[in-house]
Amino acid sequence: MEIAYFIETVIKIVVILLVFSALAGFGTYFERKILAFMSRRLGPMNVGPYGVLQIAADGIKLFTKEDIVPTNAVGPIFKIAPVITAATAFMAAAAIPFLPQFTIFGYTVHPIVADVNIGILYILGVMAVGFYGPLLGSLASSNKFALLSAARAAAVFISYEVVTGLSLLAPLMMVGSFSLIDFNNYQAGGISDWIIWSQPVAFLLFWIAAFAETGRTPFHLVANDHEIIDGFGTEYSGMRWGLFFIGEYANMFFISFVIVLLFLGGFGDGSVLGALGFLLKMSFFFFFFLWVRAAWPDIRPDQLMWLCWKVLMPIAVINVVITGFVMMF
Amino acid sequence: MSLEQFKNRDVSDSGYYLVDIDAYPEKGFDKFKRIVARTFRGELFVGLWVVMREMIKFDIHTVQYPKEKLPVGPRYRAVHEMQRLWESGTERCIGCGLCEKICISDCIRMDTKIDENNRKVVSEYTINLGRCIFCGYCAEVCPELAIVHGGRYENTSEQRAHYTDYQDMLTPFDMALNGQVPEYPGFGAVTPHEDERVKSTPLAY
Repeated sequence: MEIAYFIETVIKIVVILLVFSALAGFGTYFERKILAFMSRRLGPMNVGPYGVLQIAADGIKLFTKEDIVPTNAVGPIFKIAPVITAATAFMAAAAIPFLPQFTIFGYTVHPIVADVNIGILYILGVMAVGFYGPLLGSLASSNKFALLSAARAAAVFISYEVVTGLSLLAPLMMVGSFSLIDFNNYQAGGISDWIIWSQPVAFLLFWIAAFAETGRTPFHLVANDHEIIDGFGTEYSGMRWGLFFIGEYANMFFISFVIVLLFLGGFGDGSVLGALGFLLKMSFFFFFFLWVRAAWPDIRPDQLMWLCWKVLMPIAVINVVITGFVMMF
Repeated sequence: MSLEQFKNRDVSDSGYYLVDIDAYPEKGFDKFKRIVARTFRGELFVGLWVVMREMIKFDIHTVQYPKEKLPVGPRYRAVHEMQRLWESGTERCIGCGLCEKICISDCIRMDTKIDENNRKVVSEYTINLGRCIFCGYCAEVCPELAIVHGGRYENTSEQRAHYTDYQDMLTPFDMALNGQVPEYPGFGAVTPHEDERVKSTPLAY
């Protein structure tokens, strides 16, 4: 039993790693295509049919590019930073159930690596650690633009961990468990049981914070595009830079899964329809990341901090208090 | 996209208008009111809708360049061409040397000789395109519409000399004989309403 469990876990880890590394690559393709369509362009068209193989071309380019560690950079930290981003993104996936449990050849598979009882806490914690990637990378690369980016990144992440945690507190009080499977089972009764109906404010706050958590537009201050310089990635080249991107896109996928599991019923009762609905809902949230990037501008760091500390955090606290009162009486 | 659209520079009624900008709020409560108004006005969703609408309409404006090309205006000044006469196919260049004389960057060089029919012909003709600034003086000054500016703007070659060769610039002989050389409308040709603008030379001073 022990050995079987070990083998099963290893297989699950490998599958998740492979699937989401590939999806992260395709994520860049989807992003380029959707951003292009929304601005009346075609996007990548030349490599493969409709540019599908563009990711292969990009991958080859990234892998074969010269790996440059600048003079005065703190070598070991500079080299480990992209790995932190990518590794923590995938570590967070350990506590996410990607599908309902299913039976194959008489063997019941739980598509979750570890159903730990602190699931969501673990996911948020590991994702927060992921922020050390950009921070250490930019501090170690001895570049003033990277340094500025690190300062912004620190401000954004510290602010938004507060909102993420506080907004999740209310649903956690209702469900009474940190496990995402328990969250799913709590909402298994159908659409009317979804937590979004009882906690719409928490849903919106978590959704907003998810944009900061993944560092996406409108909170794309980690690598501020408007500076033309690529923030923390200024001095990175080749596959190290690619790892940052794999981490970012994997994070977008995982946070989309988490939003759906927490607020929108997850995979419901575990039927095939539920599983398909789960993936559809997840795709919508992933698509929304891209959609928002096409439509909305980035905001300034001071506006971001103002929004977090003066607007979102008080709302989150009030939401928690009201939820507490409703549950008490 | 047709050439007419491309050349339409009339921007008088293009739907532009000035946006009303409210005065900047001074008091704290005014700022608060503005924030509330902006939050619930739903402008963010207008932005989302606009990009989604464009995606659904799928009205793509990309020109897939090597496959599709935008039309170039007829008076565009690209690499020079040497024209031939319509039916006989004789070279139009009479070797007068005006283009060599007027060239302000000194890039045209020509040699002429008298051939066996007692006609002056061009024996050597080169344009150093590395120096040429494509000002169009040579085409303007040419009395015979022999040197003109063509529309070939894609200049890639291993050596510059490859497109300064006189034989390359010259319209192929059989094309001229078959009447395949179109009436040249481009730079160097007579402009359309020249007849109305021409004035008789005052003879009496």
